[in-house]
Amino acid sequence: MQFLEKIKKSIFSLIILILLIISFFVFKFALQKEKIYTPKITDNQIFTDFKVQFLIDEKQVNFNKVLTGKNFYLINIWSSWCEPCKDESKYLLELKNNTPIMMIGINYKDKKKNALNFLKLYGDPFEKIFVDKQGLISINFGAYGVPETFLINNDNKVLKKYIGPLNDEDVYEIKKITKN
Amino acid sequence: MIISQLGYYSLIFGLLTSIFIFFNSSIQLKKNNPIISDKITGLIGFQFFFVFISFISLIYSFIISDFSNETVYNNSHTTKPLFYKITGTWGNHEGSLLLWLLVLSGVLLGFIFKSRNEPTNYRLLTTLLHQIIVIGFFVFVLKTSNPFNEIFPVQQEGLGLNPILQDPALGIHPPILYLGYVGTSIIFSAALASMISNYLNKSWAKNIKFWILFSWIFLTGGILLGSVWAYYELGWGGFWFWDPVENVSLMPWLSLTALLHCIVTLEKRELFKKWTIVLCIITFTLSMVGTFLVRSGILNSVHTFANDPSRGIYILTFLLVLVLLSFVIFMIYENKNFTQESGIFTLSKETAILINNWFILYFLSVVLIGTIYPIFLDVILDEQISVGPPFYNKLILPFLIPFVLFMSIGPSMKWIKTNFKIKAKSFLVIIFTLILSFFTVYFVGEKNIFILLLFIGFFYLLLKSLDQLREKTKNFAQIFSHTGFSLLLISILLNSFSSKEIIKNIQVGESFTLKNEKIIFKKIAIEKEKNYESIVGFFEILDDKNRIINLQPEIRIYNEPETATSEASIKTTLFKDRFITINIIKDQNFFNVRYQHKPFMIWIWISTLIIMLGGMFAIFRKNKEVNI
Amino acid sequence: MRMFMKSKKLLKIKILIILILTFLSFKNTAVSSSFSEEQTVNITKNLRCLICQGQTIHESNSDFAESMKKYIKSELENGKTNDEVFSSLIEKYGQWIVYDPGISRNTLLLWALPLLLFLIGGVIIAKKIFRKI
Repeated sequence: MQFLEKIKKSIFSLIILILLIISFFVFKFALQKEKIYTPKITDNQIFTDFKVQFLIDEKQVNFNKVLTGKNFYLINIWSSWCEPCKDESKYLLELKNNTPIMMIGINYKDKKKNALNFLKLYGDPFEKIFVDKQGLISINFGAYGVPETFLINNDNKVLKKYIGPLNDEDVYEIKKITKN
Repeated sequence: MIISQLGYYSLIFGLLTSIFIFFNSSIQLKKNNPIISDKITGLIGFQFFFVFISFISLIYSFIISDFSNETVYNNSHTTKPLFYKITGTWGNHEGSLLLWLLVLSGVLLGFIFKSRNEPTNYRLLTTLLHQIIVIGFFVFVLKTSNPFNEIFPVQQEGLGLNPILQDPALGIHPPILYLGYVGTSIIFSAALASMISNYLNKSWAKNIKFWILFSWIFLTGGILLGSVWAYYELGWGGFWFWDPVENVSLMPWLSLTALLHCIVTLEKRELFKKWTIVLCIITFTLSMVGTFLVRSGILNSVHTFANDPSRGIYILTFLLVLVLLSFVIFMIYENKNFTQESGIFTLSKETAILINNWFILYFLSVVLIGTIYPIFLDVILDEQISVGPPFYNKLILPFLIPFVLFMSIGPSMKWIKTNFKIKAKSFLVIIFTLILSFFTVYFVGEKNIFILLLFIGFFYLLLKSLDQLREKTKNFAQIFSHTGFSLLLISILLNSFSSKEIIKNIQVGESFTLKNEKIIFKKIAIEKEKNYESIVGFFEILDDKNRIINLQPEIRIYNEPETATSEASIKTTLFKDRFITINIIKDQNFFNVRYQHKPFMIWIWISTLIIMLGGMFAIFRKNKEVNI
Repeated sequence: MRMFMKSKKLLKIKILIILILTFLSFKNTAVSSSFSEEQTVNITKNLRCLICQGQTIHESNSDFAESMKKYIKSELENGKTNDEVFSSLIEKYGQWIVYDPGISRNTLLLWALPLLLFLIGGVIIAKKIFRKI
């Protein structure tokens, strides 16, 4: 009986010790992890069955009609009031000129005049630009801020998602993916 | 500049005295002196004095805006009002750790002073163990979070204090909270010391109870201030959101509450010794875990500040060392202290207290697991989830009903054995409870059997607690805190069911209605203060009896650092708060107005004060017979 | 005398039963229009804002939160149920966005552990209380 009690006690303390050590390492690794949450890319297809309006001629079209004829599409959410978007322009232009991707711009919560001015000033990398006055289209894509960029294939599958402005590495990566 | 230096060297001297105290008390322990030498008492006094000097010099640096000091530069500004210069001292990482240290050394001084009639080796051991914690924190402050770092060249102007921290409630929140939070350290040291020195008995329980109550009262007050601040300042009318930083203060509170009940059993009946010690260890560990979670910036929360991970690693390692130390001590001295305890009767106060501890520990485990589970999941499986109010509500609310029922009958239990006589009187209480609950539920309009049960439980507790006022031997401590607790639960429940809210985008001159009230947006004005400019909205509320209530919510644009905050305007009455906030919408000429009815808000604060009052009664009538 | 006491007690129990019955006979009269502002609020209160990560969408005034409120409203107007709205958002933004962790493989322990601890505690206490003295 005494012996059993002793074994019970040592098993119990062993469990506690193991739990303590595990917790220590979990917290230690947690310290190095990024605390700000960013959604991961899902392998899901994006939802495309909704109406969009062109920025320039203000005509309406269903978005799934837009995504036809090319192997890759790049959807870039931007706005004239977004500072990082200005720096991003040159990368988008680079992609427009050197890849076969269809560049689609979503103008997020902007005024038409300001948007057109912005394109004049920093260059227009887009084949088609749609307006997202209320931010609802961006939510359809699963975006939550500007700028955000989605690389999509002809099955409407999201291959890559970039939160924040693109940089050299991203451009390199996009070029690599679209070459094959 | 010189003052800053003084503060820094004072800290180093403090660390040196710690080491002195540590060695001196271990030598004296070996010698088995019958009394503690004045040298150690003096050194403990000096240690507190050094930390105090250091703390005062940091406050002074803040007051004179000495921007050669990095902490001051990062967190202050010359245009700030004096009050916020002072509270800015602990509104940042370095300063708040200095406050930690101040309380840590202060409670030891208080303990030595109060424990004069207790065994010498127990007092020495407590000092010794406490110095391990003190040294750990001295090194932590000096190594990773020195509040007296100098910057060169000296800056002309500071970066300013985060505007949402510029609030009176939040100004005094940290010192009050820390007294409770850090106060648990002495309970930890004393509990371990009492085990080693074989002093785990009735008189230990009687004496340590003071420190448990002390921590408990201040922790309650600290949590209250934090909630009041969230309600006034965060601008959406909530006071508790199960945010990790809030949870972290609730956890030691829960285990202190369990300990509070448990220690009385030890005091009266010499029972539950092992469990009491475990609770003492858990309480302080939870305080440390809380400090770690908040200070390391590991949490994704509204309250955390950006921090570098080296601080986190230090506290984490130190925490592990302390827990392991207490674990080893517990295992070694376990058999010495805990002889087979006499059994308890099914119907007795002992049973009631066990059940109390069972439920409280369950609530604690819900909060703890809810807080740290996402961290574990993120590290182990790289999956991110949020654990919010729905989780806590689902796991806590159903258990509250049996909990309050046990809580209602617990106090009428007697020690050792209770013979229950069902009196006609108790039926009266039940009937009153049912009538009250029935009308409340009818009045609130939530006709749901679960909510009815909650109200029945809460009202029963309220009436049972008040009923005790008619007894010959009244225990005011228990009556007050139990009454306060039931009032708190009732007000929270009423508040959550009958809050009304309306959000409108309107221009000046327009109006809208909520229930029978008309809200008119009269005008807008711009006012200039020393450290901010504010846009004030003037609102007129016409209530159902056509009385006029004026509310003036603001949008403040602080200049240093440049941030906009929304200041709520609140009109409190006995039954309902009217709460209004405004916000600017980008590129638009109208305002986003949020108007709310928050019923029974004032009762949430009042009932928490009543709970604290109960704790104070317990402290001041310690000489008489006290039952919890 | 004794008889009298008994009848008094019976009376009390009767009152009790009547009280409970009157309550139960209450019909749930909550008005439920097909779509309401309240439904949107119920959803936004359980969604976490990605911009200011400690707040709910309901509390937040960020651009994202404002669009999200409109989005949910339009989804509800299109006839989606609460569950459909939640699951489509989880698909887009991950489980993180909802405050209710739900029961899944990842969260099984989250829900089960506290309950398990409660049971273990109960067993320990029961052993202590009902032990023969």
